[in-house]
Amino acid sequence: MPTMNMIQALNSALDVMLTEDPDTLIFGEDVGYFGGVFRVTEGLQRKHGLTRCFDAPISEGGIVATAIGMGAYGLRPIVEIQFADYILPAYDQLVSEAARLRYRSNGEFFAPITVRAPYGGGIFGGQTHSQSPEAIFAHITGLKTVIPSNPYDAKGLLIAAIEDDDPVIFLEPKRIYNGPFDGRYDQLLKVWAGEPGAEVPEGRYTVPLGKAALVRKGADVTVIAYGTMVHVAQAGIAESGVDAELIDLRSIVPLDIETIVASVRKTGRCVILHEASRFGGFGGELSALIQERCFYHLKSPIERVAGWDTPYPHAFEWDYFPGPKRLAAALIRTLEA
Amino acid sequence: MMSNTPKLQLHIPTPPGRPGDEPTFDHLEIPPAGTVRRPDMSAPEADLRDLPYGLIRVLDDAGRAVGPWNPNLSADRLRAGLRAMLLTRTFDERLFRLHRQGKTSFYMKSEGEEAIGACQSMVLGRDDMAFPTYRMVSWLMARDYPLVDLVNQIFSNAQDPLKGRQLPILYSARQYGFYSLSGNVGSRFGAAVGWAMASAFKGDDKIAIGYIGEGTTAEGDFHEALTFASVYRAPVILCVTNNQWAISSFSGIAGAETTTFAAKALAYGLPGLRVDGNDFLAIWAATEWAAERARSNRGATLIELFTYRAGGHSTSDDPSKYRPAGEAAKWPLGDPVERLKQHLVALGEWDETRHQALQAELTEAVRAAVKEGEAVGCLGKSKPSVREMFEGVFKEPDWRLIEQRRELGI
Ligand SMILES: Cc1ncc(C[n+]2csc(CCOP(=O)(O)OP(=O)(O)O)c2C)c(N)n1
Repeated sequence: MPTMNMIQALNSALDVMLTEDPDTLIFGEDVGYFGGVFRVTEGLQRKHGLTRCFDAPISEGGIVATAIGMGAYGLRPIVEIQFADYILPAYDQLVSEAARLRYRSNGEFFAPITVRAPYGGGIFGGQTHSQSPEAIFAHITGLKTVIPSNPYDAKGLLIAAIEDDDPVIFLEPKRIYNGPFDGRYDQLLKVWAGEPGAEVPEGRYTVPLGKAALVRKGADVTVIAYGTMVHVAQAGIAESGVDAELIDLRSIVPLDIETIVASVRKTGRCVILHEASRFGGFGGELSALIQERCFYHLKSPIERVAGWDTPYPHAFEWDYFPGPKRLAAALIRTLEA
Repeated sequence: MMSNTPKLQLHIPTPPGRPGDEPTFDHLEIPPAGTVRRPDMSAPEADLRDLPYGLIRVLDDAGRAVGPWNPNLSADRLRAGLRAMLLTRTFDERLFRLHRQGKTSFYMKSEGEEAIGACQSMVLGRDDMAFPTYRMVSWLMARDYPLVDLVNQIFSNAQDPLKGRQLPILYSARQYGFYSLSGNVGSRFGAAVGWAMASAFKGDDKIAIGYIGEGTTAEGDFHEALTFASVYRAPVILCVTNNQWAISSFSGIAGAETTTFAAKALAYGLPGLRVDGNDFLAIWAATEWAAERARSNRGATLIELFTYRAGGHSTSDDPSKYRPAGEAAKWPLGDPVERLKQHLVALGEWDETRHQALQAELTEAVRAAVKEGEAVGCLGKSKPSVREMFEGVFKEPDWRLIEQRRELGI
């Protein structure tokens, strides 16, 4: 099986879909000739033709609005928002149109669109190239939100997202495009080759939306993470020496509540880890769900380790980024509580 | 299902050349300098509707100032403009190299576009406000903003005036009439209009100038700003810096295949001027015209500054991957620094020796500022107190921020 980094795996997913489904097409800022600023669409215009993968005007609202119209007509548009930070001009389209079209038209119209966007920090990208906006999509019913943590999942989830009949926000943790990153920024950079999840089949396969992955089995505490934080969690667990179970959600909507509940009922403790700032973050929803469903199994308060409630600050990348040390401290705290 | 009507086809614009092709600008019509009429600035909008399709140029190929738009500037002013432009270029080259050496995370040059900020900074008053793009550092250079403060911001070091909170080059300099930049493009264009409306509301005499790249005219921000500017007759100058490239996308992706950016003004009932953006004198004259219009309660003007992005988009891209090699050298409107220099030389007010001396002086000034910034520390070697991360979110930090700061032990 070939080894791929996450960029190649995503490219392969798009290539497969353009090949197999004539109703798919890709557009977004700089995705055509250039292949996107992160090169995810590289070579697709050359291979599949100008109308299958092309540049869009700098108008995120326009990109999503156009995709919705195409989707309603019967196509399966896949659009790229250059950075998730720039998805906000499209928020109205996503919330008021994509998410509600099926409901308000009683199924006459729907928007089977996929909106890809690189997201997250760890790259010294400053306030507007580092944010993690998943919670603002999770809050909107009618939208699905998917976040892969390795190349294999990235490809399978992206194909599943494209084939899904509902609008899907597909957030790509850009810090792990080229290799896994566990938050230990002073260590040598890793590449994907040889790492779990880097062997990716050439052809079509799917990883279903709404199925979490059990990354590590453990007895004492459940750690819930997604995206880059899955790798940070592994480092944090190792550093703490705690026998933790690690769940990679893979999609936050639909949410694999069964896997979460089964694990927390077993361990009796839970730490939630995400990069997004803490207040109103997705960790709050997870914490509430667990409290509602596992209250009598809990041995200590649920902890959230997250970005601080500030914008993402350039000089303070590693002070802001919730790294393995902060997770390890939380794990130890929950065990002592 | 099939009918006799023709099959529809989806049109996707493509640029005249890509890597491997001969660069060409043959598709552009560049009128000779001095040929566009100069109506009085008090003319009603209905009498100005040819201007968006012309190209206001003053400097001809020999470096002479010709035609009705010649602003007749003193040699001192011209030399001050040349200095600001050359300083911008010198600074850009040096800082771009420092990024390559790993001393900061990001940089963007304004190569080829230095005339715009330098000139308009000189035309507008100290009390006016610019809402710049990231390619407008020449505005600050023309106002003698301290170079070391720029360097410290770029290094996000302990002396960074923005306390390490912002990406390199996204400056803020209120005292210099330079509104806070952000990484998202376009989103300050409407604030320029609001600022101008506030001045009118208060009965002040200040105006605002807003900037947006041609690529970003596709955002709603552009159209919203024009609507408000028109409806409320805001005392604002709205500028499109058309450097023909938005990262790898040519201006056809922003609608330039069928019209000009200046012509976007027409449907909003605003005057639109299309100006040679590499011609210091033409920019001066057009800006002065629009500023007088704004100051006399005649409302907003849209100015397209037609230029060419001579360098890459930023430190993150390689333009040889998407543009024909040598395209910059073929750009018919040349280089703004060279053209102003040529004009001064033609006037007998400048020569190669003085130019070399100026270049040496500016190189030294930039070197000294960089040295001073490096002494504080480049990115990763020095940073403001981590406390600063929690400041400025609100005027007073709330309990969350206070608790989180404590969690970090500060
Ligand atoms: C809202 C938003 N969308 C996308 C981007 C990514 N981006 C940064 S610069 C740029 C190109 C801007 O082109 P243009 O407006 O022509 O200005 P230029 O860079 O040519 O000066 C893009 C797409 C962004 N910064 N903000």
